[in-house]
Amino acid sequence: MTCQNYQDLMMGYLDDELSSEQRRTFEEHLESCEGCRSEFEQFKKLKRITDSVQLAEPEDEMWQKYWGGVYNRFERGIGWILMSVAGIALLIYGGFKAVEAIVKDPTVGLMLKIGILAFIGGVAILFVSILRERLYFWKRDRYKDVQK
Amino acid sequence: METGPGKETKEMTQSCCIEEVELIERCRRGSRGAFEPIVEKYMKDAYYIALGLVGNREDALDLSQEAFAKAYINISSLNSKWGFFPWFYQILRNLCFSHLRKRKVRRAHSIEQLTEDGAVAFESDCESPEDPIEEKEMKQGLWEAIGQLDEKHKEVIILRHFKNMSYDEMAKALFTNKGTVTSRLYYARQKLKDILERQRDPQTRKEAFGEPRKGGRQE
Repeated sequence: MTCQNYQDLMMGYLDDELSSEQRRTFEEHLESCEGCRSEFEQFKKLKRITDSVQLAEPEDEMWQKYWGGVYNRFERGIGWILMSVAGIALLIYGGFKAVEAIVKDPTVGLMLKIGILAFIGGVAILFVSILRERLYFWKRDRYKDVQK
Repeated sequence: METGPGKETKEMTQSCCIEEVELIERCRRGSRGAFEPIVEKYMKDAYYIALGLVGNREDALDLSQEAFAKAYINISSLNSKWGFFPWFYQILRNLCFSHLRKRKVRRAHSIEQLTEDGAVAFESDCESPEDPIEEKEMKQGLWEAIGQLDEKHKEVIILRHFKNMSYDEMAKALFTNKGTVTSRLYYARQKLKDILERQRDPQTRKEAFGEPRKGGRQE
């Protein structure tokens, strides 16, 4: 085993995560290796520093109000979702009605009607195309479950 | 001193007790009341982790509450074999890191801000008798140094030192294995040492932790 292999044991030793056998193995190595001994001392010093700094506890009042804050948030979250979904549905419906009215209106010129229908057709094709591309890549993304 | 918020939560990531599974099931069926005990169980962990990651009390409260709200809304995507906390932690960390990226809070961990804010407490009785001035300086610089670590190294330091999580608990929360946790910790501590050394006066910095070891592994 090289010193590099002892690095995991060194962290485990510092954090008290080793079995007694692993501890003994590491201690034996420390006795014979000056490099690891000095590195271990440096890590011990760092640990002493980090251990002596703590996050201060806030007032109890904050914990008492905590759930209320979360509750308000998800109520608002659900509100936003409902409003957005309903807004989009209403927009689509209104748009559809408006286009229908224009298409059926005999006073509107043919070119304008064709223009509007072509525009809607173009938007629909773009939407389907982007959606298909997203789905295609998502299915083939080997790293989609990897935590970044 | 073994008191304090970070030292009492050994059981925090116990992945899946029966009671919790039942509560989550009820949440899935739309019960908001069932989410309250889950929030109460994990709120302190969530707050302190967020505080460690973003370094500001108001943002930590805001982001941790936001994470719970997001978790409730997306509770149907929680796989029961993961347990609540590791899944929730992913939501929380993503919120915290994207908050830091968005705001470009370069000095989120500046000690002036944190001590004024009252978010960090120093234990004066824990100082080493040898070279106390040097270590005191390093404690002052610690938050700034942690703030300079990259995301994956910052989180292992926060989870280990300020939430006192075991390697197994960290591996679960990070969706990785113990070996990766250990090597990230090694590299994070190496970096922390280097940054603290750099913060010190150039003439004395070499003696801060002794000469750096050659050929340390990279992760």
